[in-house]
Amino acid sequence: MLLQLARRTLVFALSLLLASAVVFAFMAVLPGDPARVALGVQATPEALAATRAEFGLDQPLVAQYLDWIGGLIRGDLGRSYVTRADIGPQVFDRLQVTAWLVLAGMLVALVVALPVGILAAVRHRRVSGMMLSGASQIGMAVPSFLAGILLVSVVSVQLGWLPSGGWVVPAEDPVQFLRRLILPALALGIVQGAVVTRYVRSAVLDVMREDYLRTARAKGLGPYRALIKHGLRNAAIPVVTVLALQLATLLIGAVVVERVFVIPGLGSLLLDGVGNRDLLLVQSVVMVLVIAVLLVNYLVDVLYAVLDPRLRRAG
Amino acid sequence: MRRSLRYTTAAAAAGVLLLAGCGAGSGDDAADSTDDTGQSGEGTGEDTPAGEPTALTVGFTAEPANLDFTTTDGAAIPEALLVNVYEGLVKLDQDTGEIVPLLAESWEVSEDRTTYDFALREGVTFSNGEEFTADDVKFSIERVQSDDWTVSLKSGMDVVESVEVLSPTDVRVELSEPSNRWLFSMTTRIGAMFTPTGVDDLANEPVGTGPYVVDEWNRGDSIALAANDDYWGETPAIEAVTLRYFADPTAANNALLTGDIDVIGTVQAPEALGQFEGDERFQVIEGTTNGQVTLSFNNESGPMSDVRVRQAVKHAIDHDALLETAWAGRGYLIGSHVPPTDPWYEDLTDLYPYDPERARDLLADADAENLTLDFRIANLPYAVASAQVVASQLAEVGITAEIEPLEFPARWLDEVFTNADYDMSIVAHVEPRDIGIFADPDYYFRYDSGEFQDLLAEADAGTEDEQVEAMREAARLLAEDAAADWLFLQPNLVVAAADVAGLPENRVGEPFDLTGISRS
Repeated sequence: MLLQLARRTLVFALSLLLASAVVFAFMAVLPGDPARVALGVQATPEALAATRAEFGLDQPLVAQYLDWIGGLIRGDLGRSYVTRADIGPQVFDRLQVTAWLVLAGMLVALVVALPVGILAAVRHRRVSGMMLSGASQIGMAVPSFLAGILLVSVVSVQLGWLPSGGWVVPAEDPVQFLRRLILPALALGIVQGAVVTRYVRSAVLDVMREDYLRTARAKGLGPYRALIKHGLRNAAIPVVTVLALQLATLLIGAVVVERVFVIPGLGSLLLDGVGNRDLLLVQSVVMVLVIAVLLVNYLVDVLYAVLDPRLRRAG
Repeated sequence: MRRSLRYTTAAAAAGVLLLAGCGAGSGDDAADSTDDTGQSGEGTGEDTPAGEPTALTVGFTAEPANLDFTTTDGAAIPEALLVNVYEGLVKLDQDTGEIVPLLAESWEVSEDRTTYDFALREGVTFSNGEEFTADDVKFSIERVQSDDWTVSLKSGMDVVESVEVLSPTDVRVELSEPSNRWLFSMTTRIGAMFTPTGVDDLANEPVGTGPYVVDEWNRGDSIALAANDDYWGETPAIEAVTLRYFADPTAANNALLTGDIDVIGTVQAPEALGQFEGDERFQVIEGTTNGQVTLSFNNESGPMSDVRVRQAVKHAIDHDALLETAWAGRGYLIGSHVPPTDPWYEDLTDLYPYDPERARDLLADADAENLTLDFRIANLPYAVASAQVVASQLAEVGITAEIEPLEFPARWLDEVFTNADYDMSIVAHVEPRDIGIFADPDYYFRYDSGEFQDLLAEADAGTEDEQVEAMREAARLLAEDAAADWLFLQPNLVVAAADVAGLPENRVGEPFDLTGISRS
């Protein structure tokens, strides 16, 4: 058991290291001189040189990489080339915004996926079940940004029910916060919900074929009752896994949805950063995202090992 | 037992509806109040009662990276802060483009045009409470010359030899040589007045003498300006202005349609104007800017170094059709690097009439038939749209223009601007009175004309009349030499709620001047 844990931790750490090298390499080959972009066409050659020296851009790549990694380990994300402000607090601010989006998107996904998935499974031989399953197929094909644009043009512009974008800090004005959260959460969540619906459906279908469920039915329980009493807990395991993995997709979806809804989250920070060649900022944001995804996977792994004795033994 | 699931489903559905219902309900309330005040309550967090509108939200495209224009380039910072938060001794009149007094009540220029005596306004204070005196003028001007300023616009201050404080309200500036450009550049960001106690954290805490102060900055979203209670001049009609930033023009349009913002300061997608025109809730303002959408040529190397080829390209372009196709007919045709708001503007659009026959002849003369050009443009909407029209028109006269959009700013700056690795490019040059960029042979046009440089120097040193005369000549020379082609002048397109008055029609200088805006 401890050996298992150590092995998974090692894999986690190695993945992080590998990811950081890849991220750094991608930034390094991106064309464009960060100092020039930060200072603009009006910059004097002296100012350019000073900025390069200030941020260590004149150092060899390996030194820059080690410097960055060293900072990351110490919890110091460095300073932005463009705003000259510390990156850490910015990322933290933006992460809070994006976290709300991801959570709300997840909630919407669950609200959609659980009932629809279960119904589609139980009725999989009937027309209604097939229609539900077909609808989820279509839902999966709709990209979040398209869903976002549609929602804005109908709900905001045509009907005037909700704002078309922008962001309010929840503590400042909870009502405005919720009003501005609903549409982006729907845009994110509906697509995710369609994906998760598929997994819920197949997980429930699998469970329904299990012997213990047949036994339960034989004892006289109705199909839904039997499912709720004996099946759902078992069906939950693959669904929870999928949800954890979907976090990554949700984060990526949030990047796009933030653009459509003018939300100052990590995604906007990332896109602006790329445009401004604020490489250190981009590296750090990407690393934060990578860490989040890897951490979720790692925790899921560990939880499995802890919770499920069979997996622990099989290793 | 099927019922239990039905209940669950029904309950879940009801929950969803309830959620949507709540949103819709409160949405209606807020939409009403938005209609009254045009202010969403977001950002400044205060809704004003109907009839007393004192708040305004303006949408822009490019958010400032920080608030310090002394070290960070780009139009976004002075757009937001100059005149509104920072003031100079002089400013540009929005209507006439003339230099008018601001913190200086008046000034006198010596006979030899090298000594400027400014009489300063009394009772002016900075937003941190410091009094504005002649010492601050000396401090601000000398600071531009120091290493604290890093944008190369600072070279506009090179001509200043000394600044002398004559009294708390009198200051004398000595120039090393006569320069009309200097007083003009005092209307730009380098003329902004600072106090020594207010420059510690310019990137986050601007301290100026203007009618507004920066109240709150929500990075990635908005900047809230609040009226400066101790302002020396007339208090602006709008007490709270929120500048909101939209990377996506559609998002800005939607925000205006839903009443989230009151004004789009610079419309980036002219084809979208249709949805606002003829809608009585909105007004559309169309004026001029300083943004010349320039078809730049590499004058130094490659096929474009031959003047006949450059002239052929100019003759081959039907500018009317281009403007119509690429920018929905919004904008102005100009024949040189001068907008109509400059005193020396002259209509030069007839110099190179659309004449494909003549273009073919010129190309034949230059032995440049079947020419292929590297057409490396900025990947910005106006540039991409224009490039396609240019390329198809050039194809008619036998020139193949291979369009390559380069990510702006990063790649474009690297390859076209810094290395001049291009034959033709398209980008808008938006700085006011920036014809001088053609006088620098190292600038990416690589245009090197002694005659042109002399004319600019002459204009700078002469009297006002001499300046106008020489500038006019310089602009004509530039056009005749076909140093570049000017596809069109970007229009100043502003869409606003119908009750907003006093919006600037033309953009003559750097700032988006908020001081004259009011609501009825």
